[in-house]
Amino acid sequence: MASTVEELTGTAAIDPGIEDVVANSALNRGNTPPSDQTMIINMGPQHPSTHGVLRLVIEVDGETIVGLAPDIGYLHTGIEKICEAKFYQQVVPLTDRIDYLCPMTNNLAYCLAVEKLLGLEIPERAQYLRVLFNELTRIQSHLVWLGTHAMDIGALTVFLYCFREREQLLRIFEAVSGQRMMTSYVRVGGLSLEPPRDLYATIRTFLKEFPAHIDEYEGLLQTNPIWMNRLKGVGYLSAEDAIALGVTGPPLRASGVDFDVRRDMPYSGYEKFQFNVPVSNVGDVWARYIVRMQEFRESIKICLQALDGLPEGSIVAHAPKIILPNREQMKTQMESLIHHFKIVTEGFGVPAGEVCSSVEAPHGMMNYYVVSDGTAKPYRVHMRNPGFATLQALETMCKGRLLADVVAVIGSIDIVLGEIDR
Amino acid sequence: MYEPSSAIKGKPAVFEAHPENPAVKALADLATDAKFDRDELTITVTRESIIAACEAVKQNGYNFLEDVTAVDWYPSEPRFQIVYHVLSFSRKERVRLVVRLDSDSASLDSITAVWPAANFYEREIFDLFGVHFGGHPNLRRIMMPEDWNGHPLRKDYPVEGYR
Repeated sequence: MASTVEELTGTAAIDPGIEDVVANSALNRGNTPPSDQTMIINMGPQHPSTHGVLRLVIEVDGETIVGLAPDIGYLHTGIEKICEAKFYQQVVPLTDRIDYLCPMTNNLAYCLAVEKLLGLEIPERAQYLRVLFNELTRIQSHLVWLGTHAMDIGALTVFLYCFREREQLLRIFEAVSGQRMMTSYVRVGGLSLEPPRDLYATIRTFLKEFPAHIDEYEGLLQTNPIWMNRLKGVGYLSAEDAIALGVTGPPLRASGVDFDVRRDMPYSGYEKFQFNVPVSNVGDVWARYIVRMQEFRESIKICLQALDGLPEGSIVAHAPKIILPNREQMKTQMESLIHHFKIVTEGFGVPAGEVCSSVEAPHGMMNYYVVSDGTAKPYRVHMRNPGFATLQALETMCKGRLLADVVAVIGSIDIVLGEIDR
Repeated sequence: MYEPSSAIKGKPAVFEAHPENPAVKALADLATDAKFDRDELTITVTRESIIAACEAVKQNGYNFLEDVTAVDWYPSEPRFQIVYHVLSFSRKERVRLVVRLDSDSASLDSITAVWPAANFYEREIFDLFGVHFGGHPNLRRIMMPEDWNGHPLRKDYPVEGYR
């Protein structure tokens, strides 16, 4: 039998999950053969509860997990490489596709980075709308989390209810950007379009009805003994481990670390909003569930404040050489036509430098590190996505637990493989 | 709009402008260059002192490693810029540590002993840039297949790939 991965690669098709050598390599055990006591189980990449194409190599002793290694990269599309070949404004649609459950958040994180490079001031109305749609995106992403998490555990009804409410949100996104999921709504310098006037009433209706729906989900789940028993005490992660392993977002706060980028390093005017940051000291799957359920209610509060305080004014900064003119100006004014032509054909130059912008995405802290060399194309774009780091903590959370708990833990860390593999 | 003259460049200027910053204090000996640009502090250290630098900032409140990444400045030398973003939860600010590497010696020490979170990030740099991390517990490709040739995020690697 071949002894190293190097010897195996390039050879005829092997079944990687069963092959001891590859499993050894994934579990990082050198060349020691697996003991007679344990068994290697391959979970994924095509597995309904791995939320995409995550492969896990799991070593079990009986039904107890003794080792676990995530194997990622099945969804690697080279977005960071493609970004380097596009103009700054052309990167925005690519950012939608990284974390397809929170496109607005990705758009915002990227645009904040480029605006920081340019030194652009964004009008207050655009900032409020960015906050509004980011919080709606958070609700939308958490709905997908709750639905799939509950479905993994076997509570199928909640999934249908969650997607019923998510559909309303996707219709709102479609009304504002023309797209249900790949919105590209946040642009460098502001927003792509003014939202339709009657949309605010639709959002208000949704926000008015949604608290009753949260009660409905909680009524379905928190009176369900199977759900309670599958979640409580499972997948424990201590605060020290969470910080050491780079965990952010709801899993970090469920481990007792009170850190939220929105409150602690405010961006896009979040300092003007009043909201609580839910924290729990328990650190298990149940605590992550509770934290996210409370975040639903906090997001509603932020959305209502954004709607109530929405200032009048422009939705784009005044920077004609960076921001595309609207259609009417472009068709009627010579100056605007020239700017439009220049931006589309040559892009806009960005002063050399490097910046890092962070936002609180639904899954955790999302950073965009953008390096400019002074040209119209980014020299380097790096995304720090929450799921990539959180996945490293999976082994800590699962070790010593039963195999069936892996499904509950994966659901609770709410990963999206698009953002992990990029 | 951004004014290039607002940037503070060079170790003496930055250390004079921000003497109270804990990262500046911690790295007084180890820093070789520094920059304060667009409200972000960047400190360059040598390849040999990266572990010492990480431990120094960690002891001064920068407790959370956000990410590790790299920039390829091909064809100029030093070619690789390894970038560490470290955040302080208590001070709510970050410092960027930078190590520059020549193309003929693209390797440095792994910081997984200081922050286990660096594990995946260093594997990613190894995979996509071909920079070697000594002392890493499991340095394998992470994004690309094990038998892939080349390192896609290097600037001399075509965007369309090799055909």
